[in-house]
Amino acid sequence: MTERRKWFNVLASVLVYAAAGLTLLLLAVIIGFILIKGLPEVNWSLLTSVPSVIRNVRGILPYIVNTLLVVLLSMAIVLPLGVCAAVYLNEYAKNRRLISAIEYTIETLAGIPSIIYGLVGVLVFNQKLGLGGCLISGSLTLVVMTLPTIIRTTQESLKTVHQSYREGALGLGAARWHIVRTLVLPCSLDGIVSGCILAIGRIVGESAALLFTAGTGKVLANSLIRAYTSSGATLSVALYMAVSEEGDFATGYAIATVLMVLVLVLNLLARLAQTKLKREM
Amino acid sequence: MKKTNRTRDFVEVVMNVIFFTAGMAAILFTALITVYLFISGLPAIGEIGILEFLFGTRWASTADEPSYGILPFILSSFYGTAGAVLIGVPVGLLTSVYLSKVAGPRTARVVGGAVELLAGIPSVIYGLIGMIVLVPAVAELFDLASGATLLAATLVLSVMILPSIVSASVTALNAVPPEYEQASLALGATQMETYFKVSAPAAGSGIAAGIVLGVGRAIGEAMAVMMVAGNVANMPGLFRSVRFLTTAIASEMGYSSGLQRQALFSIALVLFLFIMALNGFLNRVLKGGRHHD
Repeated sequence: MTERRKWFNVLASVLVYAAAGLTLLLLAVIIGFILIKGLPEVNWSLLTSVPSVIRNVRGILPYIVNTLLVVLLSMAIVLPLGVCAAVYLNEYAKNRRLISAIEYTIETLAGIPSIIYGLVGVLVFNQKLGLGGCLISGSLTLVVMTLPTIIRTTQESLKTVHQSYREGALGLGAARWHIVRTLVLPCSLDGIVSGCILAIGRIVGESAALLFTAGTGKVLANSLIRAYTSSGATLSVALYMAVSEEGDFATGYAIATVLMVLVLVLNLLARLAQTKLKREM
Repeated sequence: MKKTNRTRDFVEVVMNVIFFTAGMAAILFTALITVYLFISGLPAIGEIGILEFLFGTRWASTADEPSYGILPFILSSFYGTAGAVLIGVPVGLLTSVYLSKVAGPRTARVVGGAVELLAGIPSVIYGLIGMIVLVPAVAELFDLASGATLLAATLVLSVMILPSIVSASVTALNAVPPEYEQASLALGATQMETYFKVSAPAAGSGIAAGIVLGVGRAIGEAMAVMMVAGNVANMPGLFRSVRFLTTAIASEMGYSSGLQRQALFSIALVLFLFIMALNGFLNRVLKGGRHHD
């Protein structure tokens, strides 16, 4: 072996391991840094109080509640919509050109930056529909943004359901909807669940699309309707506001820690969904 | 019997309509976004003049004599993205080779899990880390008054695009037929030579798709860049505070009105067209790859 080839081998091996090590190191630094800085800031009273400058109280309860409300409303709309769209694409649609047109728009939606979603959300939901800056506007914006995630993961999973199952059911005289309801959807539960988890992760981490649609409110509303129709910051938006606009790093670290824990839990759930719900075929 | 059949048929028709409507949602949303961006983005471009808008080097939207040139934003986005790709692609590619070829199943799970987690971390957290760790480090290292520069933004972006590159490349590398690698090894090439000179080129279109996805993520990122790039409408320089296309929109959206607000929609339109062009390119890369096989 020539000297040059030997060098190439050594160098390539070193670089490959170094890159993998670097990736691990980056993640460790990010998680470690956030937890080390943030964990001391997190305590029960912070998690359960409403922030107030006058009373000098720090708290992140409204942000937690807002995040939950946005996740619930967005998922309540996007989940049926996305799953039905995927079923249509995979089970019902026959026109090839229509299918590829829909798939093209899904790809397009997946590539649009979140700040553009935020901008169009402001134009359509806040202004055109007159909703103003509130959690409903924010949630609706996120419905459009997470739709591709749900459709794609569901579709992926629908495709793995054996064609022979459908043919068998059709042969027994079952109608299409019956097949979808009793056979295809239950069989693709794992994909639907992991799509949900992915979408929730995106919603929890989203800031640019929510900053102007859902606003930056810090109060805890006393009723559900009030909460949805008034401006409210989710955890990610609150983190940005605290750090960038108010220079309140203590609160920022605390929110970052809560977010980080949420991300870790969602990641774990996604893994569980992939292994536990996997059907035997 | 006949009656149940009729209800069944009715349910079938209803479900057909529901599924069809849901299927159309993506087309409807895309059309809506496109139309709204054009309607709200074109007037300001018309008023300012397209050349003035795209190639003007001065953005002073709140000055007495406002000037709306977005070349600084376009170039900052471009340089920032190019820099991120320059750093992110080699690291991402090497990590993919490790994940796909070198690592044992257990270490692959750990490193692969780390990449997935990196993808899941919210951009505000990247921004926060950038603000606290990178920005001071850049200031210290290069002896600057403030480290909130294009360089800091580029470094943050290069980490943020890693997962896109790695996951697409690993999929592509895994799909390379083992016969290629076996033949190369049998001819006396070493493992590393095989991975880099046989497997990687064979997985070329998948890797390219990953890079394009990474570029899309970098161009579209707003909050993390906003937090580390200093947010001043300068022409780009590695050690200057800059604004990207995305952060130009985000930073004035809250308080703008009139022509200034319309100009923000025009910036969004430019950004949208960039992304659409990128998507078209991505489609071509993927289709070209399939053709090749």
